[in-house]
Amino acid sequence: MTADTETVEQVRDLGERYKYGFVTDIEAETAPKGLSEDIVRFISAKKNEPEWLLDWRLKAYRQWLAMPEPEWAKVDFPPIDYQDAYYFSAPKLKEAPKSLEEVDPKLLETYEKLGIPLREQEMLAGVAVDAVFDSVSVATTFKKKLEDVGVIFCSISEALQKHPDLVRQYLGSVVPPADNKHSCLNSAVFTDGSFVYVPKGVRCPMELSTYFRINAENTGQFERTLIIADEGSYVSYLEGCTAPMRDENQLHAAVVELIALDDAEIKYSTVQNWYPGDENGVGGIYNFVTKRGDCRGRNSKISWTQVETGSAITWKYPSCLLRGDNSVGEFYSIAITNNLQQADTGTKMIHMGKNTRSRIISKGISAGKSSQTYRGLVKMGPRADRARNYTQCDSLLIGPRAAAHTVPYIESKNRSAQVEHEATTSRISEDQLFYCRQRSIPAEDAVALVVNGFCREVLQQLPMEFAVEAQKLVGISLEGSVG
Amino acid sequence: MLEIKNLHAEVEGKPILKGIDLSIAPGEVHAIMGPNGSGKSTLSYVLAGREGYEVTAGQVTFQGKNLLDMEPEERAGEGVFLALQYPVEIPGVPNTTFLKEAVNSIRKYRGESEVDAMQFLKLMRAKLKELGMSDEYLKRAVNVGFSGGEKKRNEMLQMAMLEPSLAVLDETDSGLDIDALKAVAEGVNAMCAPERSMLVITHYQRLLDHIVPDHVHIMVGGRIVRSGGPELAHELERKGYAEFVGKAA
Amino acid sequence: MTEQNQALESYEAQAKALVAKLAPALAAPRQAAFERFSRGGIPATRLESWKYTNLARALRSTEFRTLEEVGVLAGPDLLPAPLAEGAQRIVFVNGRFRRDLSAADLPDGVRIDSLQDLATSRPSEIEEIFGEGLEEPLFDLNTVLAEDGAVLSFEPGTIHDRPIEILWLSGLTQTPASFHPRLAIRLGAGAAGTVVERCHGLGDQSYFANAAGTISLAPAARLNHLRLNADSAGAIQTNTILVRLSREATYNGFLLNLGAALSRQEIHAWLEGEQAECRLNGAYLLSGAQHGDVTTRIEHRAPSTISRETFKGALDDRARAVFQGKIVVDPDAQKADGRMLNKTLLLSDKAEIDSKPELEIYADDVQCAHGATAGEIDNEALFYLRSRGIAEPKARAILVESFLADALDGFAVEALRPALDACLAEWLAARGTDEGTTK
Repeated sequence: MTADTETVEQVRDLGERYKYGFVTDIEAETAPKGLSEDIVRFISAKKNEPEWLLDWRLKAYRQWLAMPEPEWAKVDFPPIDYQDAYYFSAPKLKEAPKSLEEVDPKLLETYEKLGIPLREQEMLAGVAVDAVFDSVSVATTFKKKLEDVGVIFCSISEALQKHPDLVRQYLGSVVPPADNKHSCLNSAVFTDGSFVYVPKGVRCPMELSTYFRINAENTGQFERTLIIADEGSYVSYLEGCTAPMRDENQLHAAVVELIALDDAEIKYSTVQNWYPGDENGVGGIYNFVTKRGDCRGRNSKISWTQVETGSAITWKYPSCLLRGDNSVGEFYSIAITNNLQQADTGTKMIHMGKNTRSRIISKGISAGKSSQTYRGLVKMGPRADRARNYTQCDSLLIGPRAAAHTVPYIESKNRSAQVEHEATTSRISEDQLFYCRQRSIPAEDAVALVVNGFCREVLQQLPMEFAVEAQKLVGISLEGSVG
Repeated sequence: MLEIKNLHAEVEGKPILKGIDLSIAPGEVHAIMGPNGSGKSTLSYVLAGREGYEVTAGQVTFQGKNLLDMEPEERAGEGVFLALQYPVEIPGVPNTTFLKEAVNSIRKYRGESEVDAMQFLKLMRAKLKELGMSDEYLKRAVNVGFSGGEKKRNEMLQMAMLEPSLAVLDETDSGLDIDALKAVAEGVNAMCAPERSMLVITHYQRLLDHIVPDHVHIMVGGRIVRSGGPELAHELERKGYAEFVGKAA
Repeated sequence: MTEQNQALESYEAQAKALVAKLAPALAAPRQAAFERFSRGGIPATRLESWKYTNLARALRSTEFRTLEEVGVLAGPDLLPAPLAEGAQRIVFVNGRFRRDLSAADLPDGVRIDSLQDLATSRPSEIEEIFGEGLEEPLFDLNTVLAEDGAVLSFEPGTIHDRPIEILWLSGLTQTPASFHPRLAIRLGAGAAGTVVERCHGLGDQSYFANAAGTISLAPAARLNHLRLNADSAGAIQTNTILVRLSREATYNGFLLNLGAALSRQEIHAWLEGEQAECRLNGAYLLSGAQHGDVTTRIEHRAPSTISRETFKGALDDRARAVFQGKIVVDPDAQKADGRMLNKTLLLSDKAEIDSKPELEIYADDVQCAHGATAGEIDNEALFYLRSRGIAEPKARAILVESFLADALDGFAVEALRPALDACLAEWLAARGTDEGTTK
C-alpha cells in the first residue's frame, strides 16, 4: 500500500470508531477531548507525517503512561486531568477581530503600556493581517534574505515535509522523549514549533523571532523547537513576547532542543508573559518546559537569556551539555512572581569536556504571596579538566508574604575544575526607595527603577528589541506589589 | 655560573624560545630587554622550572649542574631566585611563616642547620631595617592587600633573606613609581657581590639607570639578536625596538 | 523488602527488651519513634536529604550485632590524652558510661548523669529527654534502641570555662557491633560552658555508632562545643543533633571530621528567641575511600537572630564529601541575618564533592547569603612556594593549612586551638608520605 492509502485507511478506521462514542468526523478541525493512542495517531495522520515519526510518538506515549509525576519541584498544584483537554485543534478557530476596536480594551491597555507599536499590536491581537499592512512583503523580504544564505527557518511541520532527514537526524537527540514526564507527553502529541538550521560558516543575518514564522499557528501548548547551528555558524533566536498571552489550555509543555557543532554559537532569548490567572490565581497557565542545549562541537557556545513573568506555575530548567572541549554555556535569567504565582526554575550545566566554561546569573523577584525557587545543578564530570563555573543567584523580596528559595547542587568529580557559587537574598532597601521618592518618583515607579537596576546584568544580554520591552514588563509585573 | 645553550621552549604547544645562548659569569649583572611577546618572561619561568613550560631543545647549566633536570625547590636550593613580575597573593599564610619555611628548606637542602624562631625573627628584622621596610610585613599574609610597590619590596626582602647565587628579576620595575623604583634598585644593588650574579629582565631602560648592567642583550621573537655593553640600552632608548625586530624575522 | 522487615522486627524486639531493662516510662516514646521509623526504614538515596549518602547500602554489607550478643573485650588500658589541659573527662565505651574511667570532681552547678542513673533515680526526667528531638529516621532509631548515654546539665548562672571532655570510645569487640548512645546537654539561663566530644575508634574492628541528642540553651546561655570525629577506618558513624537556642543564647560549635568509612553529621539548630546566635564551623579531612556527609539545617524562628556557618574540606585519594547546608527563615523571623560558606579542596583526581547550600526564605526584611566553591590548590601559589625552596609536599601542606585556617578561626576558643592545629598537622603529614597518590 502506498503511504497515502495507508493514511486514508488509518484515518477511516478512526472515523469508524468515533461513530460509537464520539461526535467528531474526520473532516473535523479538532480531535475529540482526551488523550489516547488513537488521538496520537489522529494527530500524526492529520499532519501527514512519515511512519518513523508516528512510531516515535507512540513509543513516547506508552512511556508516558508508565511514568510517575515528577516530584522534584517545590510547587503546589492540583493534579492535572490529562483527559480534560483538546490535543489538536487547527489554528484560528475563533473569528479573527477585524480591527483593534474589536479587541478587549484591557489587552490594548497593556500593549500601550509596553510601548508596542500599533502594527504589532494588531498582529498580536490576531487581527486579520492582510487588512492591516503589507505583511506579505515584509515576510517575503525576510524569507528571501534567509534563503540567500541557506538558513532554514520554518515550522517543524513544514520541515518534516521538506527536510525530513535533517529533522530525523536531530529530533530527540538532546531531549529524549523519556527524559521526564512532560517532555514525554510533548513527544507524543506535539503539534508544531520552530525548526532552524544554519549551514556551515553562516552568520544568520537577522534575529529569528517567532513573530515572523510563516503561517504561524498559534503557540500551541505542546510546542517543539529544534535549532541546529552547523560548524562555524551563528544564530540568535527570540521566543515569546511581552504581550500577555492567553490560552484556553492550561497546560503548556514545550520542548526546545539546541545543537551547536564545532565553533558554532546559538543565542536563545525568551521573554514570556503567560497569563498568571487573577489575583486569586484562578485560570492561570501551567508552564512546564524542557529546554536543553548540546554544545557538541569544540569551541561551541549556547546562551540562554530569559525574562519570565506570568504563568501560575512555572517549571523550567534551560540547560547546557558542555561536551565539546572549550565549549561555553551561559544562563541569564530574571524571574518575577507576584500575587499567588509559583515558579521553580533554574538551569543545569553539565561539564564533560576540557576547558569548558559556564556562567549563571539568576535574578529572582518575589512579590505578593508568591514563591520562587532557583534550582540549579553544576556538574563537573571526571574528564572536565580545567573547567570553570561561576554562579550568582540573587533574590529580591517585596513584601513580607513573598518567599524566595535557592537550591543549588554542586557536584564535582574533577580536581582541576573550579566551581564558584554565590547567592544572596534580601529586600529593596528603604534607603533606595526613599531616595527615589524624595526625587518625586512615585513609590511604584521607584520599585520598578530599583528592580531594573537589580536585573541590569541580565537585561543587558537581551537583544535590543526585547530589552526595552522587557524593562517595561518588569514594571508592569510588579503592579500592586507596593503599598 | 649560568650557561644557556640553544634553548628552545614551548608553551601550550606554541614555540616561544627559539634558540637562546647566554653566558653569565659570577659577579656579573646582565640585562635582557625586549618588546612584549619576545619571550622574556618565558625565559625566566623556564629557568625557575614552572610547569607548563616545555623545553624542546638545548641545555642550561648552573654552576656545572644540569638545571633543567631539577624541581623548582631544588633550583632554589642550588641558589636560583626568581623575582616575579606578578607576585602571587597567598591568603592565610603570614610572611614570617612563609619565609622561615623557605629559609629552612634551603638550609636543609644544603645540609646546613635550620634556624629557630628567635634567630629567624632577628635575622628578618635586620633585613627589614636594611631595606627600609616596616615591621608590619612580619604579620601580614604573603602579598595580600599589598600595593604593587609593596609586592616588589617583598620580593626584594625574600631575595635578601634567601641569599641566592643567581637572581632573575622579571620586570621588577613594572608598575612602580619612581620612589619605589629607586628603593627596589637600592635593594638589588646592595645584593651585588662577586659571588652573586643578576639577570635583570626589563622592557624599559629606566631601571638600568639605577642598576647598571655589565652586559645588555636584546631579545626579540624568542632569540637574542644583539648583545653589548650598557650603552646598548641607551641606543635602544633612542631607536626603539623596530630596528631589532627586523633582524629577528 | 523482607530484609527490611527482618531488620525492623529485630529492632522492635530489641526495643521491648530495653524497655524492660531500662525504664517502663520509655515505652511510649520508643513506640512512637518506632512507628515513625518503620514507615521509611534506614535512609537510602530516594530521600532528598539522603540523595548523596546511601546509608542503607553501607549497613547491608556488614552484619552489626548488639553489644549483648557480641560481648565487649576488656580495656581500654590506655586512654588517649585529653585534648585540652586539665579537661574533666567523662568516658563511654561503645556507648556505655564508664564511671570508673570518668572524673568525679565536677564543680558545683555542673552535673553529669548517665541514662542508666536517671532511669532509676529520676524517670520523669528521662522521659522528658526521650520525648524531645527530631523526627528524622536516625534520631528515631536512636530513641528506639538507646540503652545508655549522658545528660550534662549546667544550673542557671553557672559559668564553667574549663573544658569538659566527653570521650566516646568505640571498638574492642570480637565482631562488629552497633549501639545508639543518647546525649543531652542543657544549659540553664545565663550559664556558660565548654564541651568537647570526641569519637575515638579503638583497634580495627568496625562498628555502627548511631548517636543522637539534643542541646538546649536557656536565655543568655553560652556553649562552646567542639566535636572531633576520629572513628576507626572501618566504622559507620552517624550523629543527629538538635540545638535549641532561646533568646540571647549563643551556640559556638565546631565539627572536625576525620574518621570512619562512612559518617553523617546532621545538625539542626532552631533559633527560637530574639538575638539568639548560632555559629557553626567545621572542617572535614578525608582520604582513602572515606565518605563524609555534613548536613545542617539552621532555622531562624524568631526575629533578629544571627547564624554564621563555614565548613571547609580537603579531600584526597578517592574520598567523597557531601555538604548540605540549609538556612530557613520563618515568616515571622524578620531581621534574620544568616551566612553560610562551604569550600572544598580536591587534592587528587578521584576525590569528589557534592555540595548543596540552600536558602529557604519566607520573611523579607532579612540578609541572607551563601557561597560555595570547589577546586584544587592554586597552582600559582604552589609554584611560588616551591620557587622559594619549599618542597612540594610541604608547600601543599602550607596551602591546605592556610585554606582551613579561617574555619578554625571562627571557633575562637583559645584553649582548644592547639589541639585542632595538631590534628590538622597530623593529617597533612600523613598526606605527605603518600605523595604518589596526590598527583
